[in-house]
Amino acid sequence: MLTSILNSYFVKTHRLEISITIIAIVLFLIYFFGATHVFTRFPIYRAFMQSMPFFGIIAISATFVVTLGEIDLSFPSIVGITSLTFGMLLTGTDGNFFIAFALATLLGMFAGLVNGLLVTKIGIPSIVATIGTLFFWRGLVNVISQGSGIAIVDEADGTWHHTIFVDKLFNTIPAQFIWFVVLTGLMQWVYRYHKFGNHIHFVGDNKASAQMMGINVDRVKIIAFVQLGFFSALAGIFTMYEMLYFWPTQGSGLMLTTLAAVFVGGTSVFGGRGTVYGTFIGVLIIGSLESGIVALGLSGFYVQFINGLMITIAVTIYALIQKRKT
Amino acid sequence: MPEQLLKLENIYKNFGNVKVLKDVNITINKGEVVALIGDNGAGKSTLIKVITGVHSPNSGKIFFKENEVQIKSVSQSRKMGIEAVYQERALCDQQELYRNIFAGREITNSFGFLKIKEQRKEAERILRDYIGFTSKAITVDSQVMGLSGGEKQGVAFGRSLYFNSDLIVLDEPTMGLSIQETEKVLNFVKGLKNENKSAIFIDHNIIHVYGAADRFIILDRGEVVGEFLKDQISREELVQKMIQLHESGKIKLEG
Repeated sequence: MLTSILNSYFVKTHRLEISITIIAIVLFLIYFFGATHVFTRFPIYRAFMQSMPFFGIIAISATFVVTLGEIDLSFPSIVGITSLTFGMLLTGTDGNFFIAFALATLLGMFAGLVNGLLVTKIGIPSIVATIGTLFFWRGLVNVISQGSGIAIVDEADGTWHHTIFVDKLFNTIPAQFIWFVVLTGLMQWVYRYHKFGNHIHFVGDNKASAQMMGINVDRVKIIAFVQLGFFSALAGIFTMYEMLYFWPTQGSGLMLTTLAAVFVGGTSVFGGRGTVYGTFIGVLIIGSLESGIVALGLSGFYVQFINGLMITIAVTIYALIQKRKT
Repeated sequence: MPEQLLKLENIYKNFGNVKVLKDVNITINKGEVVALIGDNGAGKSTLIKVITGVHSPNSGKIFFKENEVQIKSVSQSRKMGIEAVYQERALCDQQELYRNIFAGREITNSFGFLKIKEQRKEAERILRDYIGFTSKAITVDSQVMGLSGGEKQGVAFGRSLYFNSDLIVLDEPTMGLSIQETEKVLNFVKGLKNENKSAIFIDHNIIHVYGAADRFIILDRGEVVGEFLKDQISREELVQKMIQLHESGKIKLEG
C-alpha cells in the first residue's frame, strides 16, 4: 500500500510540494502540542493572517524571478518608493484612491522594468543590478521624505478601499489574507498553466535552449521583473492600509524573510524548477516562526537560530530529492 | 532543375571588426541534405544562426521558397518552416517532454493558458508515430534529463516533423553520442529525405557527413571555398581536400 502510494504518479511529480507540506504540518504540530493554550485559540491565527500577506504577496511574485535563475534584491526599496508615492498622492488628492493606486503601481512596474532592462539589455547580473536599484530607490525615498512619515488616517480610515484591502471579513478573517490566498491560486495557475509561466520555466532551465525554441528570453525576463515591481507596490499599499501610515524605512525588513520563504518553498536558485504553492507554505512557515517560538516559551533569541535551522533542513531535503532524480 | 528552398546571396556578417561571414552564396534544394564542413572558426555556426534568425546579417539577401525574406527571430524562422536541432540545446532538461515538444509553440486558449490535455495527447502521438518510442519508460510526462543523447535528438526530430518544417538545421547532432545512438540519428537524417524535407548538416566527423549528405559545402574563415556533389567526390578525396586546406592555409580549393 505504502509503496504503491510512494510510486504513484502524483507523488512522483509532486515531491517538492509534499515535502514542504509535511515540514509545515510537523512545525504546526510542534506549536500545537508545545503551546496548546495559544494554538487552540483563534487570535494567533488571526495575527498570522494579518501579517503574512505583506511579504507573502511579494514572495509569490518573486518565485517567478527566482525560477528564471535570477534574483531581485531591490523589492524592499520598491515597496518604499511606491508606498511613499501612494501616501503622497492619497493625501495630495484628498483621498483619490484610483489616482494613488494607479500611479503607485505604475511606478512599481517602472522600477521592475528598469531592473529588467539592466539585466537583459545591458547585461548586468541581476544580483548586482538590483543591489544598485535597492540603494537607488531607498535613497530617493530618503531624499523626498526627508526622513518624515505620512499619515493617511484621514484619507483612508473607514473608506471603501480600506475595507476591501484590510478589513476583517465577518469580523474575523483579515481581507489581506483572502487576497493573498486568491493571488496565490491565480499565480500558481499562471506559473504552471499559462504560456508565460511555461516560458519562465524554460528560460530558467536553459536560456540557450529556450532561445532556440523561439522563446523571447529578454521579454520573459523583463515581464517577470515588471510583475514583481507591481506586486511589491501592492504589498506596500496593503501595509499602508493596515498601519495607516508611511514610514521611510517601510519595506526594508522584507528581503530575507521573503527570499527565505521562496527557497524554503522549494524553488531552485539554479532556475527552471519551483512551485508557487511551495512558496505559500514557505510563507506560513517563515511567517509563523517568530510568534511560534515565543509561544513555545523560548526567548526571542532563538528566533534566528530556529529560522536558520528550518531553512537549512528544507533546502537540504530538496537537494537530496534532486540528487536522487539525476 | 531541382526546386530551390533556401538561397543565400552575398551574406556578410561582422561582429565588431571581425568579419565572420564574407560574401557567402549558397543554395539548398528541396529534399536535399547539404553538409557544411570546415574547421572551428570557419563560420558554420554563425551561418546557421543567420538562417535560423538568431543573428541578422549585416548585408545580403535571403530567399525562402523563392521569396525574399528577413529572418529576425527564431520564432519567425520556425513559423516559416526552418527548424534547428542542436545536440546540446535541443531540449530543456528539467521540463517534461510534452512541454518541450510544444515550447515556444504552445497550444493555448485565447487567454494564453495551455491546453495541457491536448498537448499531452499530441505529444503521445509524436512519440509513437514520428519517433517510434515504444518503451514504457519514456512517457510524455518524463523529464528530459532521463533520456539518452540519441533519444533527445529523436524528440527534436519528431518535433520538427510534426510541425512540418521544410528545412531542418542540424548542428553537430552526433556530438558525444555512442556509435549506436549516432546510427539512430543518421537514420533520422536519411528519413528526412524520404519525407522530401531538406536539411543542413554540420558535423566534424567526415564519415558521418559523407554517409548522410548529398552535397558538401566547405567553409573557411567565413568564405565558401569549395562545393561538391556526392557523386563528384569520394569520401577519401573529401578528407584529402580538408587536410589540404588545413595544411596549405589556402583560401580557394580546386574543385
